Order: sequence, then C-alpha cells, then structure tokens
Amino acid sequence: MAKPVKPSPVVVVIGAGPAGTRTAERLVAAGLRPVVVDEGRRGGGQIYRRQPDGFRRPATDLYGFEAGKATALHRDFDALAGRIDYRPETLAWHLQDGAVHLARDGRSTAVRYDALVLATGATDRVMPVPGWTRPGVFGLGGAQIALKAQACAIGGRVVFLGTGPLLYLVAYQYAKAGALVEAVLDTSPWSRRLAAMPALAARPAMLAKGMYYAGWLAARRVPVLTGVTPLGIDGDAHVTGVRILDSAGRARRFDGDAVGLGFGLRSETQLADLARCRFAFDPLARQWLPETDPDGRTSTPGVYLAGDGARILGADAAEVSGRLAACAVLRDLGRPVADGEIDGLRRAGRAMQRFRHGLETAFPWPVRLAAGLPDDTVVCRCEAVTAGELRRTASELGAPEVNRAKAFSRVGMGRCQGRYCGLAGAEVLAAALGVPVESVGRQRGQGPVKPLPTTTEFAS
Amino acid sequence: MTGQAADVVIVGGGLMGAATAFFLRRRGLSAILLERGLIGQQASGVNFGNVRRQGRFLPQLPLANRAREIWGRLPELIGEDVEFLALGHIRVCFSEADAAVLEAHARDVRDYGLELEIISRNALRDRFPYFSPEVVAGSLSPDDGHANPRLVAPAFGRAAVRAGAVVRENTEVTSIAKVGEDFVVETAGGGRYRAPVVLVCSGAWAGDMAARLGEAVPFAVHGPQMAVTEPLPYRIEPSIGVYSKDRTDGIYLRQVTRGNVVYGGGWRGAAHADTQRAYADPAVTLKQFAKLNRIVPALARARIIRTWSGIEGYPGDDLPVIGPSAAVPGLFYAFGFCGHGFQLGPGVGDVMAELIATGATSTPIEAFHIRRFAAATG
Repeated sequence: MAKPVKPSPVVVVIGAGPAGTRTAERLVAAGLRPVVVDEGRRGGGQIYRRQPDGFRRPATDLYGFEAGKATALHRDFDALAGRIDYRPETLAWHLQDGAVHLARDGRSTAVRYDALVLATGATDRVMPVPGWTRPGVFGLGGAQIALKAQACAIGGRVVFLGTGPLLYLVAYQYAKAGALVEAVLDTSPWSRRLAAMPALAARPAMLAKGMYYAGWLAARRVPVLTGVTPLGIDGDAHVTGVRILDSAGRARRFDGDAVGLGFGLRSETQLADLARCRFAFDPLARQWLPETDPDGRTSTPGVYLAGDGARILGADAAEVSGRLAACAVLRDLGRPVADGEIDGLRRAGRAMQRFRHGLETAFPWPVRLAAGLPDDTVVCRCEAVTAGELRRTASELGAPEVNRAKAFSRVGMGRCQGRYCGLAGAEVLAAALGVPVESVGRQRGQGPVKPLPTTTEFAS
Repeated sequence: MTGQAADVVIVGGGLMGAATAFFLRRRGLSAILLERGLIGQQASGVNFGNVRRQGRFLPQLPLANRAREIWGRLPELIGEDVEFLALGHIRVCFSEADAAVLEAHARDVRDYGLELEIISRNALRDRFPYFSPEVVAGSLSPDDGHANPRLVAPAFGRAAVRAGAVVRENTEVTSIAKVGEDFVVETAGGGRYRAPVVLVCSGAWAGDMAARLGEAVPFAVHGPQMAVTEPLPYRIEPSIGVYSKDRTDGIYLRQVTRGNVVYGGGWRGAAHADTQRAYADPAVTLKQFAKLNRIVPALARARIIRTWSGIEGYPGDDLPVIGPSAAVPGLFYAFGFCGHGFQLGPGVGDVMAELIATGATSTPIEAFHIRRFAAATG
C-alpha cells in the first residue's frame, strides 16, 4: 500500500558521480528537487572527473573507451541545472538525528532530510609495502585523477604495483599519455584469471577491454608480471625503484621515479556509519559494509546507498544502483514507481554482481602480504604506526579488535581516520592474533568525515 | 559454569576498579574484577585526560593530592608509561571578576597543601605567548598536567593481573546478592563469584546497581563533547582550562607531544547508558570552535580530525559516591565522578584498598558517602 504523499519531501543525495547523478535525475523526473552535495566542482565524480575550466583535452583522451558514458553523464548532470539544489565543493562532514551537516567556504549548514542517498564512492585500497610512504608513491586512483583532471603524471618513469583492473587501465593511460611505464607488477597469479573467466564473461565488453589494456602494454614490451610478491620500494628522498619476487621466486628490481600503488578499491562508508546503519562483513570484499536490500535501503529508515559506496561494482553498476535507490526513495515517500522499472534495474544489477565475483577471484586482496609485512613497515601513515607496533597491541597489550588496537597504538587515528590503513591494519592485527579478519571488527566511524577547519561557522 | 571466590569482587573495570584491584593486591588481598566489555573502555578511556587539582570541591583535595602523589610514581609502580606529563595545569579567565575568583581559590587551596601561582595578563603572555590578549589572568598549578586516558586504566588492569588479580573482561554482572556472610555475584553466561566484600564501581551504570541494592541515588548520565585537531607544532605544554561564570566558555585543551590538540567542554551532550553509546553533537562541535579560538587564537588555523563522547555518571549534587554502603555491610561504592574522576582514579584505588583492608582510610572521604542521599530518596 502506498503511504500518503508528503507535501515536499527533502531528499539529499551525497555525491555527484555516476550513482548520485542517476539518483538525482530519477528524483527530478518524479517532480522532486533533491539537494545534491558534491565535494567536486562540477559533477562527474572521480571516474568521470572533469578537467578544470580552460583545459581542452577531448573526452576520448580523458576517458578512453568510456568517453561516451562520461560525456553522457556530464550532459545529463548539466541538464539538471536549476532543477536540483546543487551544492558543489561541499563536504558532508557529519550526520546526526536526521540532519546532514554540510560545510562549504567556512560555513556549515544542517539540512534536515526525509530521505538521504549516500553515493559516496570509493578510494584506493592499499596494502602497505616496505617503503610505500616515500615521496613518489601514489595511490592508483590518485595517479589516474592527476592525469585525468590536471594532465599531470606522477612521474616520468612509472612502476605500477598492486592488483586489480585499475592497475592495467592506469598503466595504459599513462603510457598513452607519454609516460614511460617501467613495469606492471601484479600480485595476483595468472591462474586466478583463468579461474575467473566464466564469471567475468557475464560482461563480455568489460572483459574485452581488460584484455585489451594488458595486451596493448605487452605489445609495447612493457614488462607485465603476475603473481609477484613485493619486497620494497627503494629510494631516499624520492623513489628510485621497486623490488619484488617474481612468480618463480626470483628477486627482480625495476627502476622508476614514481610508483602507482593499489590493490583494488574500498567503499567509502563513513556517512553510513554515522547514520548508524547496520554493517555486515562481506567475505568477497573482506570489508565490513552497510547492509542493504536489493534496492539500496539500509537498516536506518530513510537512508539509502548507491554506487561503489555500497559495493565495489564499478561505474555502470553505479548508474543502475543510483536509479534503483531513487526508485526506493520514491516508493517509500509514497510516489508511484512501476514494478517493471524496478525489475529491469535489478536484473541489470545482477549481471554486474556476477562480474564482481569474477574480479574478486581474478584479483584478490593479497591477505598473505599482511602477515609477512616486516615489523618496521609503516601501516598507518598519518600516525606513523608500524606493523610491529600494531602487532604489539595484540601480543603484549591484549587488544582483541581494531578499536582497542587503535586506542593503544593510534593506528587509524590520524587525518584519514583509518580510511587508508583500516583494511590492511585489520589484516595485520588478525594475522598477529591468528583469527579470521572478521573477528577483529571494524573501526567505528567518528565525525568529521574529513578534516574540518576550526574557523567553520555554524550557519543556521 | 565458571566462578571462584576471593576477598573482594570488583564490579566494573574502569579506572577506579582497575586501580583498586591493583592496590588490593599490594595489600595482600585477593581480587576478582568483572568487566562487561574491556578494561577502561568507557568514560575512563575517552575522557579528556586532565591531571588537575585546582577548581575542585575543596573537601576533595586530600584525595586529589593522594592521587597526584601516585601519578608521580606511575611508570615504576605499574611498569608502563601512560604519557603522564607534569607540565602544569593552568586555569585562565576573561574578566577581572573571574580573576578574583581564581585568586580566592588559590588562597583556599593553600590550606590543603596546593600552591597555585596567580599570573597577571602580561606576565602570562610572556610565559605562554599562545594565549589570546583577551585572557585576563591565569592560575598555574605547576605540578599537575595531563596523561593519555586510553592507556591508564588498561595499564592498571595489566599491572593488577601481574600482581595476581583475576580480571574477567567480557563478563557482565547480572546480580549481586548477599547470601549469609558472603556476596554472590552472578554474571551473564552462568558465572558465580563469591566474596565477603563487593565494590561497585561501574560508572554510569552504577546508579542502577546501587538502586537495586536498596540505595537509590539521584543520577543522570551526560556525554562530554570532545574533539582533536590534526598534529600541529608542539607549543602548549600545560593542560589548560577556562574558568568563567558562563559555562559555555568552559573549554579545556591540551596538546600531546605528537602535536594534536585535544579539547572539549562548554556543553554536555546526550549519552545513552542503555545502548552504551554517546555521540559528539556536530552543532556543539561548531559552537566550540569560537570558544577554543578565543583562548588560543593560533588554533584558528587548525582542522579537527575526530570528535567523540563518552558516558559519564552524575549524582544529583555533582559529586561522586565514594565509601561504604550505608545499608549493606561489606558493600562499597566508587562511582559517579561527574567527568572529573580521571585524576582521582589512582587515589580512589589506593583509598578503597586501604578502606577495605583496614576498615578505615587516612584520607577523608566522608563528604562522598552515599548516605547523603538517604534523606532525599527515603
């Protein structure tokens, strides 16, 4: 049964990437005027990040095979102008009691909502490697954004280390842009990719693109090694190279002046945590994620998730889940939505789920590296906490879970609030305790979501 | 079923309970400490970390002095560093009228052996140049300072274990009953513990326990509103608090050697004893900014990276309950420290151990006896 229609419900969408854009678009189509909060300046999110004003590179240079999708998303976002309450360069820094706190230009406003859609995306997932905090080491996503948004490369001779489809895509993009790619070093063994083929075949076009990037690199004699074990990133004031064991156990070194490092992506879940959504351990992602129903409803009434912030499924799936979340919001607000629309979106989402299983099989998070990390390797770069100090919280101080380890050692207590070190730190702690990673729990989220200047004024 | 007998069962593993367990062992008594979660996980672990004596209710000063003496011996006594820095505690104010209150307080506490130095505006800025010109005067307690609350109670807990105490974490007490000469303390999961003496020091949850033991106390819970900045150059050595007739001016702050500035105060927030959660209120976080920057203007260039709260117990008269039960022989209390228990903790542990072991204590704590509420609650 439909509930009575509310007069003018306030729907807030956090994020203006593929998920947030499609959510807003669908809400506008239903006659609503959502508030759209964007940390960026012009919609598009990270994957379809736009270049600054005055930059004139064509879309095919920026987005490659995805140029059509990027252009369409930008066009559709821009078409919403005037029909959404757009808040660019705005940080949703806290959430409490049905209001989201938005900071922009030194002022913070509390916006009460009837429905809140979190389309907060993802960040690089990092497994520490000895030397990873040296200047010249960048997250893969960061390396890609530098190129995409600013036309800057992280170095002239770049080594890409980690795993996941982004490793090959960014290496390809760098090579196309004129950087010398010294090597692509993948911790996932080749055999895993074969095992994943049936699931990856759920999205043949995506699979083909992935194979194209790897083939393109190989054809240009870029060393592409799979099944590697990272030993260290060398250098003093700056990166000079990467040492690894190859899949046959031989020590190899690749020179370079920059490293793009990344092991897949992790969902940004802080706002869902502050909204007190219930989380569950996702064995596939090896991350605690907010529970949702198929349409994005969380355990907190009125709070919805869409896009990579809910599950790492990529940009296409984010557009689908963004529309689905909008449909869920509309239904819960008592607005009509055809069953057929929801069924179609759910169906589209399922193929993407299957593909994700394939990706996680092909490019697993290298858990084994956490246990083998040398004691003097920094895990938490904000607070400079080493693997040894973290292990000591378990062995000597009796920390049975991550929040206790944080209290004792400051791991995850710095500027990033555990967003970068949290997952690796949990693996290090679990390995030290000899327990499954899910039993060491997850760091509790605390506002602000990102650092907030003390000059911020309360605007009522 | 688990369980065992001891001279004392301690209910609640905050700083009070952990310190008492430690000091009981030093007096040769056996002790079992039962903690629902982890040692020092609630208010003991998330408070500001002030080791402050000035500004207290005067009859509390002998206890605070005894605690301060123990703070000075902590690394040796418990074998772990808890980042206690005796670099001073300074109270500042923004008006001449408030300065007069600080001066009067300095005279009052001298009788208790606490020497404060009153510093006027110019001399204050000569010595502590980060203070705003708005600060009119300061009252320096040179031997006080601050420590890391996340470390102190767990360190006492581990020291107690090393000294022979039994500490059971993840063990929730469900009932306390006197059976014959002994108490029987039952825990979730079927544990039964027996002792002739029980100490209830379960913080924000002690009000309910006392009521169930027949000694209701008017009791509320509140959450302090805390935040911390990103690391900044290390400049501020003493712990700082504002004295003002306007409570919302009452910010306190300290800088850890790592560089982060920890602060709180001005407002209390809601706390939820039932769900064991308390939240920093973002509206308060924003209101605190101007108050903070008014004390140390350079902090207006900082950014905060985290906020938090905790669940603190407040008896109706804003003073703790410390001492024996008025109703049940063998039962003792130490709870309701109203957000100012951290400094007292080691002293409370020492005093409770002395009281339980000898039947008396050399430190006067009569003002905190639970019987003061008997008339009010019938």
